[in-house]
Amino acid sequence: MEQTVNNPADNTSAYNFAYLDEQTKRMIRRTLLKAVAIPGYQVPFAGREMPMPYGWGTGGVQVTAAVIGPKDTLKVIDQGADDTTNAVSIRQFFAKTANVATTEKTAEASIIQTRHRIPEKELREDQVLVYQVPIPEPLRFLEPRETETRKMHALEEYGLMHVKLYEDIARHGHIATTYAYPVMVDDRYVMDPSPTPKFDNPKMHNMAALQLFGAGREKRIYALPPYTKVKSLDFEDHPFEVQSWDDECGMCGARDSYLDEVILDDKGNRMFVCSDTDYCSERQDAGHRGQQHHDQPLGGPKSSPSSEKAAE
Amino acid sequence: MTKMNDPLLRVDNLTMMYGDRIGCKGVSFELRPGEVLGIVGESGSGKSTLLRSISAQQEPTKGRVEYQTRIDGTRDVYEMSEAQRRLLMRTDWAFVHQNPRDGLRMNVSAGANIGERLMAVGDRHYGNIRSSADNWLGKVEIASERLDDLPSTFSGGMQQRLQIARNLVTSPRLVFMDEPTGGLDVSVQARLLDLLRGLVHDLNLAVIIVTHDLAVARLLSHRLMVMQQGKVIESGLTDQVLDDPQHAYTQLLVSSILQN
Amino acid sequence: MSEMLHAQNVSKSFTLHTQGSVTIPVFNDIEFSLSAGDCIALTGESGSGKSTFMRMLYANYTCSNGSINVRHDGGWLDITTASPHAILDMRKRTMGYVSQFLRVIPRVPTLEIVAEPLVALGTSRADATAKARGLLTRLRIPERLWQLSPLTFSGGEQQRVNIARGFIADYPVMLLDEPTASLDVDNRATVLALIEEAKSRGAAIAGIFHDHETRDAVCTGSFDVTSFKVGAND
Repeated sequence: MEQTVNNPADNTSAYNFAYLDEQTKRMIRRTLLKAVAIPGYQVPFAGREMPMPYGWGTGGVQVTAAVIGPKDTLKVIDQGADDTTNAVSIRQFFAKTANVATTEKTAEASIIQTRHRIPEKELREDQVLVYQVPIPEPLRFLEPRETETRKMHALEEYGLMHVKLYEDIARHGHIATTYAYPVMVDDRYVMDPSPTPKFDNPKMHNMAALQLFGAGREKRIYALPPYTKVKSLDFEDHPFEVQSWDDECGMCGARDSYLDEVILDDKGNRMFVCSDTDYCSERQDAGHRGQQHHDQPLGGPKSSPSSEKAAE
Repeated sequence: MTKMNDPLLRVDNLTMMYGDRIGCKGVSFELRPGEVLGIVGESGSGKSTLLRSISAQQEPTKGRVEYQTRIDGTRDVYEMSEAQRRLLMRTDWAFVHQNPRDGLRMNVSAGANIGERLMAVGDRHYGNIRSSADNWLGKVEIASERLDDLPSTFSGGMQQRLQIARNLVTSPRLVFMDEPTGGLDVSVQARLLDLLRGLVHDLNLAVIIVTHDLAVARLLSHRLMVMQQGKVIESGLTDQVLDDPQHAYTQLLVSSILQN
Repeated sequence: MSEMLHAQNVSKSFTLHTQGSVTIPVFNDIEFSLSAGDCIALTGESGSGKSTFMRMLYANYTCSNGSINVRHDGGWLDITTASPHAILDMRKRTMGYVSQFLRVIPRVPTLEIVAEPLVALGTSRADATAKARGLLTRLRIPERLWQLSPLTFSGGEQQRVNIARGFIADYPVMLLDEPTASLDVDNRATVLALIEEAKSRGAAIAGIFHDHETRDAVCTGSFDVTSFKVGAND
């Protein structure tokens, strides 16, 4: 079932559907099946060279290429935003090589590839979330030997993870790890959730959508099947907590979303806005307003917040 | 219940070959709870090879190492599953390396170094782990205020004491030591010897200590094994072996000590 | 009186492998017995092997032949064949030894060194320390030195620390190697008193004494090792 995109408008017809050849996609799918069967376990795969540098999401792109079909609708976010260079490039890459529909709306997407965030809107069973992962090994911080970390996973020797958290508390008075916060999956494997803020960790737990993780440089794939138990590691007397803000989103007034701080000028003025651009604009469309919103035609924080402020 | 006189460790005909070359050959002995066994001999005599083979770090070519576990009775350590063996090694056993850098995590604090074994066996209360670590720091005579400092900021003697604390925090019954006072100044050695002697007595530790320093062996060990070319050529009561050596090599070794 | 130690047919020779494997015979067929309340002086000229024999009685030196039985733990223990564990236990509970050498770990305070044998027997540290204080006071070691390591002391002071350590536990059998050498008159008198007290509680004592006065003052008998020297009767 070779699928080739025939789009006479440009010269992409030389590429196979979604760029990768069918054999490679099969290989990745087999890897994905194994990863789904052993939640949280890092499965090695023969990662390919992609037409983008490592660090730009080559792992996630390969996973997306292996699972995407012609009827899928793709959303790509980077730090929650649909409009960064990385997100736009990957979206265009698949629009070109797979001729699939793309969207910025979380609800409309069937596949969401992400770097650093999980959308605020609750995901559904018919959606797949693909994470771009730079360093898949949570034990790497304290144990540089791959042979040893594999053994530690095999034997469930996870004391080291708490050494890292202990060190955090000893230095900062609390667990200062705010992203790539380690989790225990299905009471078995400790997993690095990729550099998402720990704010998003609770969303991974019992998520309805399938979660797939691809690390291109390290050539590892792992997965969380729908409704998997995901527990953030902590101490009895220092329980896991997510970040919270005193402020609300300056644009949509949300108090329940992950906020980015935006410096407005060199006089110390700043504002907080939702990192999830789709969530923010949807709220604004529904009439929610933050204190720094000016009821202008919306692009929300997608258009530069500082220029909006400057227009004041 | 373990009876006082039941051996904690039984080594039977242990042989380690590197191809045709002998690492150690035909070594047998028993060790009781609270007993300190010194292994002496010159560099290359097979002391460290023997220690690695006994301490489950290197499977011997031949022979058995049996240990009386706390719950499972006597077990051949090389017939245990790897998971069981590694658990044993980080709970009921301890290994003190000559170079503290080999036995410490240099990039985390002293407290985390001591607490690691506790966390490895499931301790999940930060406050308790920290107070245990603090308590052990005191036992090895390091000031509490150094609890959050990196070991790299410690002197060699302090690092060695920290390594000992890190190992003893799970109350092991058997401790392996490879030249624990090597590489330390004489005055620092004395302090460490005193500390070790106290801990061995107070905690009723069984210890196998490899050293080339006969003075250290005399002060710490109850029994001695003298090794030469991979074989135990003489063994017995420490002062008997040192004061009335029977074997030619032991006599040479003893007569080579500088007197002060 | 009940016999506490019995050496039978004991022979000793040294083989010096580093010197062309020459064998030096020392003793042949020693017979020696020690009973409770005894204080036997081991005699013989300098170099006759008194200290060697005493070390054999302590199992510090091995015997080439024969047996040395010590009444220990309600039975007889042949220390020429006993395991290291048994010998260590015998030394801990039955036999004390005041040697001429102080071998201790540097840095350990004098008070602790003296109290240690009693602590090893299970006495509380407080009680053992109290008794150690008493002995150090009797032996005129100034209190300001008690928290220092005896390795910094003079020869005479070290000797007295050794004596205090040897007498703190009431061992049934005691071996004393020149306990009064290098002591002044007052301290010698103290040591003699300690020996008398040990005798009267029923200790069996063998000692090497460098002077006649001491020997005559405390000994109940003597044993000349010279007669068992190899070649002595040739």
